[in-house]
Amino acid sequence: MTAFFDILIGGVFHAAVLFLVAAGLQLVFGVQKIVNLACGSFYALGAYFGISSVNWAIAAGLPPVSFLPVLVASGVLLGVIGPFIEALLRTVYHRDEAFQLLLTFALVLMFQDVLRFFWGANPQQLGNLSMVYGKIAIGAVQVPTYNVLVILASVLIAVGIGAFLQRTRFGRILRATAENREMSEALGVNVRRIYASVFTLGTVLGTVGGALVVPTAAASLDIPVELVVEAFAVVVIGGLGSMRGALAGALIVGLMRAAAISFYAELEILAIYLVVIVVLIARPAGLFGKPVE
Amino acid sequence: MIWLRERAVLVSAVILAVVVLAAIPRLAEPYYITLVLPAFAYGIALLGFNLLFGYTGLLSFGHALFVAIGAYGAAVLSSKLGVRSFELIVLIAGLAAVTAAIPVALLAVRYVRIFFGILTLAFGMLFHSFLFKFYDITGGDTGIRVLRPSLFGNDFKELDKIAFMIGPFYYYCLALLVVLGLVMWRIVHSPFGLHLAAIRENPRKAQYLGVRVRLFRFIAFLISAFYCAVGGAILAINTGQADPELAYWTHSGELVFMTVLGGFANFFGPLVGAFSFIFLKSELMGATQYWRFFLGVTLVLIVVLFPRGLIGLAQDLWSKARRR
Repeated sequence: MTAFFDILIGGVFHAAVLFLVAAGLQLVFGVQKIVNLACGSFYALGAYFGISSVNWAIAAGLPPVSFLPVLVASGVLLGVIGPFIEALLRTVYHRDEAFQLLLTFALVLMFQDVLRFFWGANPQQLGNLSMVYGKIAIGAVQVPTYNVLVILASVLIAVGIGAFLQRTRFGRILRATAENREMSEALGVNVRRIYASVFTLGTVLGTVGGALVVPTAAASLDIPVELVVEAFAVVVIGGLGSMRGALAGALIVGLMRAAAISFYAELEILAIYLVVIVVLIARPAGLFGKPVE
Repeated sequence: MIWLRERAVLVSAVILAVVVLAAIPRLAEPYYITLVLPAFAYGIALLGFNLLFGYTGLLSFGHALFVAIGAYGAAVLSSKLGVRSFELIVLIAGLAAVTAAIPVALLAVRYVRIFFGILTLAFGMLFHSFLFKFYDITGGDTGIRVLRPSLFGNDFKELDKIAFMIGPFYYYCLALLVVLGLVMWRIVHSPFGLHLAAIRENPRKAQYLGVRVRLFRFIAFLISAFYCAVGGAILAINTGQADPELAYWTHSGELVFMTVLGGFANFFGPLVGAFSFIFLKSELMGATQYWRFFLGVTLVLIVVLFPRGLIGLAQDLWSKARRR
């Protein structure tokens, strides 16, 4: 029973982090129709910067228990790069999708070496720092409190984004711009600012996701390219452009991954791609996406 | 007649290029010659890739899959099945890629644009994880060795590896590039090729006019798979090893990079792109350990400033010069 629960919590934890990255992807695609191949790079940047932040914080004398807020803060802080990258992407908005994809691919290449320049080629990690929060008992099993906290944080963010999109004025404007850009512009929406804000928000979601994951995993230079495939699997399964889809897709991928790792490690990644292909064949719009031609 | 003169210029330019390439083994150091072989390989692969991208308008982020099939095909045939004839290797590896492309294409051509890209990316990574994980069949992350093939039955036993590569194999690949290039030229200038362009410009209208959009996309996909596999086989023979990273999605991204660098709207663009990219990458790698960053910057410049690639740039400069 404990083994099953471990898989469940592990899967949901992975899903929580994946959701953050996928939500960022979905926001940017939904509003700007851009598929950001560099989402993995933002995630890795968040991870590396998170490690550095925590190390600085501890060296500055902060107690180890404060590392969770430090991580979240460092992720949010990285949002400053959002507007700059969006300004670069602005040059290709009116062009063919292929160029947009290529530009984000160029970002992937550039980020690889930026990460290498600042943090070197060796994987970095925070050791057992997450254990500072101890374990919490759920029913008959013990789970690391940190994992539960991250899952809660992710749920909070999911609810927050949902409320933001549905209830606030800005959220409505966002959805309107996603639905019909020209009309929104005609009605007076400053689309440029919307695009900049959305992209920054998407970036922050990615960097916070990466920051939150570091206490339990190492940050390495493989992450930027590996995460992209998983993130794509999530948005395909869930449906491009849908937040609910990001949630559902993240849960499915996270749980599948956890189950596969425990039962048949070789199939782990293969299973995910197979599901992606099956979903694309059976229901290309994904679970919650809008149907395509 | 103007078009006749342009044709003559084109033909003489191509002949000049072939002559220069043929002369390289006599003139340049072995190091540079060993760079030209991958350029031939990618040149062939990109001719195929651009049939799908430039001419049909479908951007695949998984075509490295077929390059890898070509490479592993050459590896398995030469080291595990004892087939040493290069002709057979190229043929069988190409057909293997076409066979693998059939299910992929059947599914992929039903979609367009971003879904096509994601689907091909997924298939590419599926193959990569297969190559990576199934150690017993595929050699895992080390891959499979590729042995020297025989050309037209001739083993060239008296030549060592380098001499073979910069000698008979070099000329063979150059000839293969020219032949496959001619074939591709005929393909894109045939009614089939014109149909592809129509499909690219306006699929709905083409379908309305009676063009069988899905079938033609499917055929273009298969042809591109064949070309990529031939390129992959040459690559693998050049390095002597077929490894799973050939199938990774970033390698597919590099294929797109090379095509756009040269100019995807022009027949010779991909060839120019292959050569330029190989040499650019080599120079950058020698100059700094942060070569990926500068490659990325190059791509940004191309996408933002020179979307028609080097050929487009050359055409712009040429027309500016003629106006003087």
